Amino acid sequence: MTARALIHMPASAKAGEIVEIRALIAHPMESGYRPGADGKPVPQDVIRGFTCTYEGEPVFAAELHPAIAANPYLAFFIRASVTGTLEFTWRGDNGFAQTERKTLTVSP
Amino acid sequence: MTTPNARRRLLTAASLLVLVRPAAATPERMAQAIAAYTGNVAPKTGRVTFEIAQLIDNGNAVPVTIRVESPMTATDHVTGIAIFNEKNPEPDVIRCTLGPRAGKAEVSTRIRLATSQRLTAVAKLSDGSCWQQAVDVIVTLAACIEGEAP
Repeated sequence: MTARALIHMPASAKAGEIVEIRALIAHPMESGYRPGADGKPVPQDVIRGFTCTYEGEPVFAAELHPAIAANPYLAFFIRASVTGTLEFTWRGDNGFAQTERKTLTVSP
Repeated sequence: MTTPNARRRLLTAASLLVLVRPAAATPERMAQAIAAYTGNVAPKTGRVTFEIAQLIDNGNAVPVTIRVESPMTATDHVTGIAIFNEKNPEPDVIRCTLGPRAGKAEVSTRIRLATSQRLTAVAKLSDGSCWQQAVDVIVTLAACIEGEAP
């Protein structure tokens, strides 16, 4: 089970530069409060957590609730320091887990 | 004229109706959720900019941006940014964790709004202080209520 994930960020940056990262993942974020065709609420199925690590160090994390729109989109910033890997992980209901990696090349 | 029995049936029906209503956040529950988030530190107004349209056509995906004034240094930075609401089914929307390496205390996402209501963005700082900004929004087409297409 792999959802389509889009991560927009520059491939390279200068040391100390603040870089914007935009991450979007295809997921219905079924809130659990919406009635289905039979009138009963559709069971909740949401992404509950997102983390971004930079060379293994956590730089940004978010706890998501059903009030986050479908296909959760998050934009945040990191300060470029060393050339390394950014790892993005989404976790949610029904064992949902997905990790994407991107490399950021940093010039002095 | 209603007989006592009929009245009892009516009362039972009324209490059932109350029971089956989905749980909803209220201004009190939003205040409780904020207090739990800040650890009972009363947030001061300021430093937080909550960017959201004031008139929203469609509550299913509303873009929001929260910006906090902070130098984002190791000794003085924003540690958390959260959004709360008073009329969605749950008072919580999102809670973000930041560190000095975030470089800039700014987060954007897209949220759902069940109805016109007040939203509050809260920021926690490394010195233990908390800041907030509340906004009132009008939602014309709500999220949550419509079912699947027949």
